[in-house]
Amino acid sequence: MTSSAAITINDLHKTFGDNQVLKGVSLNAHEGDVVSILGSSGSGKSTMLRCINLLEIPTSGEIIINGELLDLKKNRHGELEPADHRQIARIRSSLSMVFQSFNLWSHMTILENIIEAPVHVLKKSKAEAIEKGRELLAKVGIPDKADAYPGELSGGQQQRVAIARALAMEPQAMLFDEPTSALDPELVNEVLQVMRQLADEGRTMIVVTHEMGFAREVSDQVIFLHEGLIEEQGPPDQVFDHPKSDRFKQFLSSGL
Amino acid sequence: MDFELLTQYGDRFWDGTLISLKLVLMSSILGLLIALPMALARSSHHRRYWIPAYSYIYFFRGTPLLIQLFIIYYGLGQFEAITNSFLWPVLSDAEWCGLIGMTLNTAAYTAEILRGGIRAVPRGEIEAAKAYGMSWWLLQRRIVLPRALRIAWPAYGNEVILLLKGSALVSTIAVWDLMGETRSIFSRTYALEIFVYAAIIYFLLTFLLTRVFNQIEKRINRYLVSY
Repeated sequence: MTSSAAITINDLHKTFGDNQVLKGVSLNAHEGDVVSILGSSGSGKSTMLRCINLLEIPTSGEIIINGELLDLKKNRHGELEPADHRQIARIRSSLSMVFQSFNLWSHMTILENIIEAPVHVLKKSKAEAIEKGRELLAKVGIPDKADAYPGELSGGQQQRVAIARALAMEPQAMLFDEPTSALDPELVNEVLQVMRQLADEGRTMIVVTHEMGFAREVSDQVIFLHEGLIEEQGPPDQVFDHPKSDRFKQFLSSGL
Repeated sequence: MDFELLTQYGDRFWDGTLISLKLVLMSSILGLLIALPMALARSSHHRRYWIPAYSYIYFFRGTPLLIQLFIIYYGLGQFEAITNSFLWPVLSDAEWCGLIGMTLNTAAYTAEILRGGIRAVPRGEIEAAKAYGMSWWLLQRRIVLPRALRIAWPAYGNEVILLLKGSALVSTIAVWDLMGETRSIFSRTYALEIFVYAAIIYFLLTFLLTRVFNQIEKRINRYLVSY
């Protein structure tokens, strides 16, 4: 590999009460890689993704973003917590996330949603952010909705706005948490199309998804999680054509 | 009905109305400013924030505004430390005491209304703000409070209308508000319609406030169009 590691996870564990959701998972994504994380619900795939930007704080393990180790310390209950909130905020602003339920800020217009974080987190000028925002809206195919509110848009349009909002941060990597799972079937494609385009541009993407076709075509690396452990990992051709794990074979034949 | 009374005492009704309006406007604005940080403190998980906020709210909601006004106007003057202090020019003035009492009282109710709004902000939108690197303060300022205020706005309008009616109590500490003027005119004339006139003026003020709140609600809640 000539490219450098963008996101590295080492031996990540996460427990919610008595429930061990992640039992030691690792991942290494290079710059420009698209990594798809598959698994049935409850496998821990969303938790793994959400640990990368510390929306969930892991119970143990290491997260390294662009060579920078996320600084976690033990609090008095023995749980990990961020040692430096500024570091976390800075790292988060370099990793844009796209959510299953879009999570657009509903009291702001579409354009306000897109410029919000660039202006207030990255301290960009408003004029610059607006210009960039309009370009991005054109890129995701909804240039005429800048002044609408999220509630006026279809699910597919909202998710494309969410992707534009993510791109406006000029992120080093993008995290997708089941971006098409809340969409009506006929709206899934318009979102996947935008995501394919991003992959073609060479963006680093970690994608938790149920879309097998997308994972197979677009990914550089596929990870299959089962009950908090990685059961299968590798390039898509190898993983899909010659699966080693019985559980993954079962998962594939279940027609998800 | 004796309409001559209206022409005879019209000026005093007008003066009283202005004082009532002034007290309601100022105490609702100041109360909101106090309520915003208090609602955040009340919503905090840290005991050192929510316990003081909750105690304050408990006290001011748990006792009658009338008693609060009496304590501020008559009670504080009992302490030499206060009568000798720089605060005395303010605390010996009935109108100031009325304003302080109304402000402290409405701040407690408003904080509780806002807390409801804060709790109703969708978790996902807060998570998105965190995921985009917002600090706690930026998150509150840009996402949580603007949204909570929109959600709480109709309930807040109701609180301001209650405050207008509650303001009649300041007449008991010798403030010449609408109620104070009304009682004074009545004690001279013994004409019961004086109270009818006062009721009509309160009704009109309520109508006016309702209109203002509805107009603002239309503006700030445009985002709800298709929900």
